[in-house]
Amino acid sequence: MADSGVTDGLCDTDDIERSKTEGKELTKEEKQRLRKEKKHQKKIKEKKDDAASHEDEKKKKKKKEEKPVGAASQPPTQPSQKAPAPAPVPVPASETPALADKPAKSKADLKAERRARQESERASKQGKKGDVGQPVPTSKPKAPPSELQPVVKRLPEHVQVDNPDVLKKLAKKLERQQIPLRSDYGYKVSLFSHLHQYSRKAPLTQQLGIPSTVIHPAIVRLGLQYSQGIVAGSNARSVALLHAFKQVIRDYTTPPNEELSRDLVNKLKPYISFLNQCRPLSASMGNAIKYIKKEISNIPSQCKEEEAKSKLLSCIECYINEKIILAAKAIAKYSIEKISDGDVILVYGCSSLVNHILCEAFEKKRKFRVIVVDSRPRLEGREALRRLVQRGISCTYVLISAVSYILPEVSKVFLGAHALLANGYVMSRVGTSQIALVAKAFNVPVLVCCETYKFCERVQTDSFVSNELDDPDELIVTRKGKTQLEHWQEVPSLGLLNLVYDVTPPDFVDLVITDLGMIPCTSVPVVLRVKNVDQ
Amino acid sequence: MPGPDRETDLTERIESFLSDLKRGGSGTGPLRGSAETARETTALLRRITAQARWSSAGDLMEIIRKEGRRMIAAQPSETTVGNMIRRVLKIVREEYARSRGSSEETDQQESLHKLLTSGGLSEENFRQHFTALKANVIEAINELLTELEGTTDNIAMQALEHIHSNEVIMTIGRSRTAEAFLKDAARKRKFHVIVAECAPFCQGHEMATSLSKAGIETTVIADAAIFAVMSRVNKVIIGTQTVLANGGLRAVNGTHTLALAAKHHSTPLIVCAPMFKLSPQFPNEEDTFHKFVSPHEVLPFTEGEILSKVNVHCPVFDYVPPELITLFISNIGGHAPSYIYRLMSELYHPEDHEL
Repeated sequence: MADSGVTDGLCDTDDIERSKTEGKELTKEEKQRLRKEKKHQKKIKEKKDDAASHEDEKKKKKKKEEKPVGAASQPPTQPSQKAPAPAPVPVPASETPALADKPAKSKADLKAERRARQESERASKQGKKGDVGQPVPTSKPKAPPSELQPVVKRLPEHVQVDNPDVLKKLAKKLERQQIPLRSDYGYKVSLFSHLHQYSRKAPLTQQLGIPSTVIHPAIVRLGLQYSQGIVAGSNARSVALLHAFKQVIRDYTTPPNEELSRDLVNKLKPYISFLNQCRPLSASMGNAIKYIKKEISNIPSQCKEEEAKSKLLSCIECYINEKIILAAKAIAKYSIEKISDGDVILVYGCSSLVNHILCEAFEKKRKFRVIVVDSRPRLEGREALRRLVQRGISCTYVLISAVSYILPEVSKVFLGAHALLANGYVMSRVGTSQIALVAKAFNVPVLVCCETYKFCERVQTDSFVSNELDDPDELIVTRKGKTQLEHWQEVPSLGLLNLVYDVTPPDFVDLVITDLGMIPCTSVPVVLRVKNVDQ
Repeated sequence: MPGPDRETDLTERIESFLSDLKRGGSGTGPLRGSAETARETTALLRRITAQARWSSAGDLMEIIRKEGRRMIAAQPSETTVGNMIRRVLKIVREEYARSRGSSEETDQQESLHKLLTSGGLSEENFRQHFTALKANVIEAINELLTELEGTTDNIAMQALEHIHSNEVIMTIGRSRTAEAFLKDAARKRKFHVIVAECAPFCQGHEMATSLSKAGIETTVIADAAIFAVMSRVNKVIIGTQTVLANGGLRAVNGTHTLALAAKHHSTPLIVCAPMFKLSPQFPNEEDTFHKFVSPHEVLPFTEGEILSKVNVHCPVFDYVPPELITLFISNIGGHAPSYIYRLMSELYHPEDHEL
């Protein structure tokens, strides 16, 4: 949807604005009216563009700044906007004026041309502002859209923080959904200026009114739990999300003249934006949300509301049961084959799956001992230590800097994962790649345990382009009464970096244990393909 | 009478030095860098040479060895003490040889032929008395002290040869030598430094504040993020506690991980270590290599009940093998790790390796 000049010339928008500021949710009619207005404006604009596109293109090429031409002829340095137009369309954009004269084009071609023109116009505008040189990577192929069925992915907003246009779009979207925008905190290290950095002490929920009519209270609570780190860990977050959605569905009533399948999905969108603002969604949460949305939209329209709701609830139950609980059981079964008596197993941080495996193995009377490695500032390993010691497993505890001291004693390393990427890299808590590196140097086998619902189609080669920055104040520590970094904000050349995730290359990992079996790291895209075919 | 007073005075000084060493190691006493320890050891040895009663070089060496063993026993992990003692012993040998008039060359060379035929140089028993020996030895020790005072500056002077503009340099923990090195380069060049905090003592925080006050763009990261950010680092510059005889390092814990990550990314690892840190120890001595401190730093007593059921380790040092090191920068220049054995043979006499 175009952003520009939306509400001009519409007197009813005053009403809409008023109700927005009063915090009431816009009624369905008002939203529809807004949408219709926008579409109308877009049509007018495109007709103007059609006529003017020829001159525009020529003018742009003559301009001194090479940027518009650069944008049209190279892979665009701007990220693609919300409209799912593939960015390489500017490449054939210069050719489309020639095509525009031909009559009887297909609807898809028309749309593509319109988007191409929009893209090139935006590129020229950006060129005038002089903010070319955005180091934002594009993940699109260069072929024109009509030939390839492009797996064009939109670059997610949370890795484009250094692009002011994207930020503006996000602000507008959040305003529309009546969700407050969270602001960044503290000095950001220049390598990570494209990521958000929030403070734990300023959760988003402080900016919401009580009671919030826009967002369901279960979701508000969940958002607060995420941002404060009360619910942490990939599985825990997904399960909490699904339970909250169950609550939302239970409390949902279809408004009159609406279909449940469409309206419920629209209802969920602002909740997802809100949760994203509280803490960026994990890959497992993304997959769970995709599944729910698919299930909701597959509900036939004749279905009664009660029936539909109970069906959805049972779907979610089934998802949790299958993908998380049963998967954990299957993985534990496979892993126990790999644990022999007398083993010394090293684990890092707190992975619910790895803890489950170790407890199961202990129940099955395997004799082993565990070394728990922990790292600042999160110190999640202490939680794992408590759980294991409670079961009676003999444990040792060290910090990650002592890992090369303790590794000669270790026979196996078990690691959990946050997500498995399509190029075989393992995305996990920061420090995992380090442990895998040192284990490789000492020739200790590294086994990663991961359920298939965490497999993700993204690809990534380093820990910079897409990551999460946690509150930098967490690195501060007081030792012997002195806090060295207390006033780090006042020192201009000092920055603190608190990364949350890192990616482990597949050559450090010897085996991945999933609910489908034991696979090498590089077979992840095969599993993804098989899963997609199934669905 | 001057004699007994001087003796008691000397013993007092030795005792106070020993107690300082004992306290300094646990981190509760006055924290001192290795340079200070080296200087104080050498000053004390000079005093022993001046004030103790001895008639020949052999006697002096016996006294030094005896006191030296006590000093080393007070703080085994502080290797600079042992290093300085060996240096002084070597000085005594040299001065004795010079006084006797025999050329240094023949004494130095340890050819296989000599080892087999004459049974080595241990035939020398250093019994001859030379009046000028005391003065010569004290003068040589003074030279050693001057050398010690200038080590950090000598190393820092070489900084501009190794750091260019717009570099990203990584370091770990707190090393005074590396700090001086970086600050010296920062006077002329602009670069970025990433400091790994090195838990649980978090000495990296001090290093970061000190570097940022000197105007260097600094970032503090947690130890767990070392491999994650290593791909953007151009050089790794660290200090160390000891340089071992095989060219390896005994450095603060976490350095081995740093070295492995640097090797994986083919990033050069540069160690700034003055010559007095070079020790004839090898890393195979398991019982003396590692030093542990209270695990309270790792798992505090506030954790409660589980403490009784858990083993907690808090090692202080890490071994870094010589294959992971690219360059040593010392006060006499830069060397490859494979050259360290040669430097050692020039600094210490082989008989003094075992005190």
